[in-house]
Amino acid sequence: MSTDTYNPKGKFFRWMDDRLPIIRLMHGTFVSYPTPKNLNYWWNFGSLAGIVLMIMMITGIVLAMHYNSSADAAFDSVEHIMRDVNYGWLIRYVHANGGSMFFIAVYIHMFRGLYYGSYKAPREMLWILGVVIFLLMMMTAFMGYVLPWGQMSFWGATVITNLFSAIPLVGDAIVSWLWGGFAVSDPTLNRFYSLHYLLPFVIIGVVILHIWALHIQGSNNPLGIDVKGPQDQVNFHPYYIMKDSFGLAAFIFVFAVFVFYFPNMLGHPDNYIPANPLVTPEHIVPEWYFLPFYAILRAITFDIGIPGTDIVLLDAKLLGVIAMFASILVLFALPWLDSSPVRSARFRPIYKWAFWIFFLDCIMLGYVGSQKPEGIMPILGLVGTVYYLAHFLILLPWLSRFEKPLPLPESISNPVIKATGEVGHEQ
Amino acid sequence: MATDSKDSSTGNGIKRRDFIYVASAGLGIIATGSAVWPLIDQMNPSADVLAMSITDVDLSSIAVGQSITVVWQSKPVFIRHRTPEEIAEARAVPLEDLPDPQTDEDRVQRAEWLIMVGICTHLGCVPLGEQGLYGGWFCPCHGSHYDTSGRIRQGPAPDNLVIPNYEFLDDNHIRIG
Ligand code: HEM
Ligand code: FES
Repeated sequence: MSTDTYNPKGKFFRWMDDRLPIIRLMHGTFVSYPTPKNLNYWWNFGSLAGIVLMIMMITGIVLAMHYNSSADAAFDSVEHIMRDVNYGWLIRYVHANGGSMFFIAVYIHMFRGLYYGSYKAPREMLWILGVVIFLLMMMTAFMGYVLPWGQMSFWGATVITNLFSAIPLVGDAIVSWLWGGFAVSDPTLNRFYSLHYLLPFVIIGVVILHIWALHIQGSNNPLGIDVKGPQDQVNFHPYYIMKDSFGLAAFIFVFAVFVFYFPNMLGHPDNYIPANPLVTPEHIVPEWYFLPFYAILRAITFDIGIPGTDIVLLDAKLLGVIAMFASILVLFALPWLDSSPVRSARFRPIYKWAFWIFFLDCIMLGYVGSQKPEGIMPILGLVGTVYYLAHFLILLPWLSRFEKPLPLPESISNPVIKATGEVGHEQ
Repeated sequence: MATDSKDSSTGNGIKRRDFIYVASAGLGIIATGSAVWPLIDQMNPSADVLAMSITDVDLSSIAVGQSITVVWQSKPVFIRHRTPEEIAEARAVPLEDLPDPQTDEDRVQRAEWLIMVGICTHLGCVPLGEQGLYGGWFCPCHGSHYDTSGRIRQGPAPDNLVIPNYEFLDDNHIRIG
């Protein structure tokens, strides 16, 4: 096929190729990359996340030209962007909703990996780099949300930085170090701004490693079986360039509906009230994409101690913080917790159910995180948290030993096993 | 060269070259550490922030049953002029009912004036006054209930509301800090 290898045409391109083969690298990445021919639309979300990252960087750099990170001026400067700066409203709404779009794309991308077993050998490093990107994104988005310096910005920052006070002995020193004061205040806002600008560039670096690791082993696919030869693959261009472009158009459409018709739906109205250190809003909620983790943080309301004594080993606050970090960090160990050799849930009759129950558990935790901690909510939160951790720490190791997978197809080109047991013909 | 290093070995087999490696690595670590420390310490509260350390408050205008919030070190401080019922209630609680046992007497200098940092010991929200199951404060963030002495009774917060250092300058004035 003509797009298989890069053939520099023309004097300049040959000259360049001998000195800095960057076009060859791009060609290998976006044109000739051999891709399994059976990828479905769930494989669109990686490239979508990459495009949203670019949109965030461009709109962010433009916002930074008008934003003022002093605690006295930050809120007003965001209103100035909204009312006075030419197209400021558009750029800010794209950036603010872009954060949500980024998380939608990345969450779908991650659940895709969970369903089709993309985290398994030989793609463990690819998965781990993905979890690193996820952590960096959470930090970036958290600090970005502080910048408009509204009530939710301020109190969200207060609650999250106070998490570190749960650390025994050094907790309070760490918190005051993070704040640069005795409360979230001007120095805090300034350093968050500096880091909010920095981290996306770190994310780009890790994304490059992530794509490098992807291209060493190639993409997984919905059948979860290895590529057996060129007959199972097509070149990235034009096949997946086209499929990704179609997906992009659909995604941008949804994005635009939010930006132009519901620009504040995903945000919280209290963030249009300037930060007030003396009044906590009635009900603090983080952005929707943090809600399941917020529910886990609040789930534990009891201390663990030595029974019959007053000795507390781990108090509720520290336990909540540990549970929340564990719920993210457990993803790093996933490739080893699930040791079933079958990747795709299509051929794992029990895991398929476990996946969907886990998915519903995450949705339920998200709902609990959005509600006040009253009535049945604390119990739902606790049950959901225990189930979340048990899914990874108990269910998956158990399933990998006892589940009987369905027979795997011969190859991607030959996906159907005939009733007679013999396999069909190569096309 | 080979004979050289042999000659410089001491009786323990420590070579001159080993010593140089260890010494330069050690110095390198100290140098890196002293270069990194300023980069870490710059994030700690700066001198002007540390300087805002005391706040004086006039209590004369606070009627019985009223509270005010003042700012001390950019933190809210609650000053409550407690009613006799609140004091009685706080003093009637048996210590074993308290997650963070402390008598009401230990928490106040004068029974009618309860002065505490208005920051929930869970994750730092400002609790709301005269609310919650114990008639004291309620933190809406994750549902912590404090009693009329500001002691934690129920919810995720581990400790009682913190009592700052303060002194009565006279009957109507206090200095916090
Ligand atoms: C990983 C990519 C990024 C994410 C997830 C992200 C996320 C966010 C979020 C959630 C907000 C709050 C929006 C609001 O409620 O108003 C925000 C604000 C902001 N971001 Fe970003 N951001 C990213 C990249 C960048 C970059 C590269 C810059 C460049 C300097 C930037 C500059 C800003 C500025 C100046 C604001 C404050 C203005 C505003 O509130 O709209 N961001 N960001
Ligand atoms: S901050 Fe008060 S209950 Fe969490």
